[in-house]
Amino acid sequence: MNWDVIWKWTPKLVEGAWLTLELVGIAVIVGLLIAIPLGMARSSKLWYVRAVPYSYIFFFRGTPLLLQLFLVYYGVAQFEAVREGPLWPYLRDPYWCALIAMTLHTAAYIAEIIRGAIYAVPAGEVEAARALGMSRWQTLVHVVLPRAIRIGLPAYSNEVILMLKASSLASTITLLELTGMARTIIARTYLPVEIFFAAGLFYLLMTFLLVQGFRLLERWLRVDALYSSR
Amino acid sequence: MNFDLHGFGPALWAGTLMTIQLAVASVACGLVLGLLGALAKTSRSRILRLLGDTYSTLVRGVPELLWVLLIFYGSVGVVQAIGEAIGQPQLELSPFAAGVLALALCFGAYATEVFRGAILAIPRGHQEAGLALGMSRRRIFWRLVLPQMWRIALPGLGNLFMILMKDTALVSVVGLNEVMRQTQVAVTSSKQPFTFFMVAAAIYLGLTVISMLALHVFEKRANRGFVRSAA
Repeated sequence: MNWDVIWKWTPKLVEGAWLTLELVGIAVIVGLLIAIPLGMARSSKLWYVRAVPYSYIFFFRGTPLLLQLFLVYYGVAQFEAVREGPLWPYLRDPYWCALIAMTLHTAAYIAEIIRGAIYAVPAGEVEAARALGMSRWQTLVHVVLPRAIRIGLPAYSNEVILMLKASSLASTITLLELTGMARTIIARTYLPVEIFFAAGLFYLLMTFLLVQGFRLLERWLRVDALYSSR
Repeated sequence: MNFDLHGFGPALWAGTLMTIQLAVASVACGLVLGLLGALAKTSRSRILRLLGDTYSTLVRGVPELLWVLLIFYGSVGVVQAIGEAIGQPQLELSPFAAGVLALALCFGAYATEVFRGAILAIPRGHQEAGLALGMSRRRIFWRLVLPQMWRIALPGLGNLFMILMKDTALVSVVGLNEVMRQTQVAVTSSKQPFTFFMVAAAIYLGLTVISMLALHVFEKRANRGFVRSAA
């Protein structure tokens, strides 16, 4: 193992790691915002309200992220209207394409988490809130959402970590995030083992920090209190 | 947009078969790895537990794509050394073999956790009963633990299989001619990226639906004789 090479290229890898974190951070936050209405519509009682998010989730969970990336980056350029449209400068840029594909992808998964979390709020608590004279809106804000956030948080943290790993696919559309940067360095140094090993360590470190961060957040929100009182 | 496939139908079909082969081979190897990992993690030996923990933490913390790349490009030196040792200096790892290794490694790491949960879910009394009847530890595992584990592990393994099916697309990066790669070839010559990537999406959705149905049949079979609880 050639440690000097790893040491020499560490600054470049750190640069790649930052881009990875940026992509993941934006995708999981914007994805969450998209997923909230999706998840709520998905748990609607009306079948035609359910149908749209259902198809969306079916498509994005049933196909590989790599394919979705290619569909956004290469696919939409097939249409004249897109190439002459106002969004073309963004849809031509791998950075925006990666963000769009990753956000839409993770939104489908988060929507399912939200649906599960909303279902898991005990019906008795909603009824109790209504019996106390709270409006539907007040019940949602003060009872359902705070409970659902705590129920869904562990699954959301899993999704964030899965996205951290999935972001490596952005390297296939020429983006220089951690994996892309590693591949570029290898093209120069011809040392795949050392550089991929170093990149792997960076991913492990980021995963570790995220897990610790979510653990703190769970403690702060007292997620554990939900289970100890039962 | 037209829906004739510019003569790429047979290539896509061949790619689909390759994807299925890759998925099945990876699952077969991954299940063995997962079972070994779970046994190591629930073992009484501290060294084995540490080994199992290291395996599942290390592999799950690194992207699948990185494993594919690392195994394909990183193994050249090792494989060459083995080739020279057995008198075949031209020995190299095919994209298929690298893909199976990488996907099995990742599937196995997650399956370790699923199997571990299943082993822990089997009441201790069953193993104690086996011991009381004079069965050896190995026999208890094969006759009591393993047959019951499947039923509990099946839903978790099913989810992992769906993830694996989609991860097979990553092996296209090292040049295996599966669905994704064949689609890219078709895109390059037809200049119709959207059409062909949508066809690929339909293939993956079809594979997902088929495996969902198959899983349903397996689960039904595994749960025969069990009454579903009211919860």
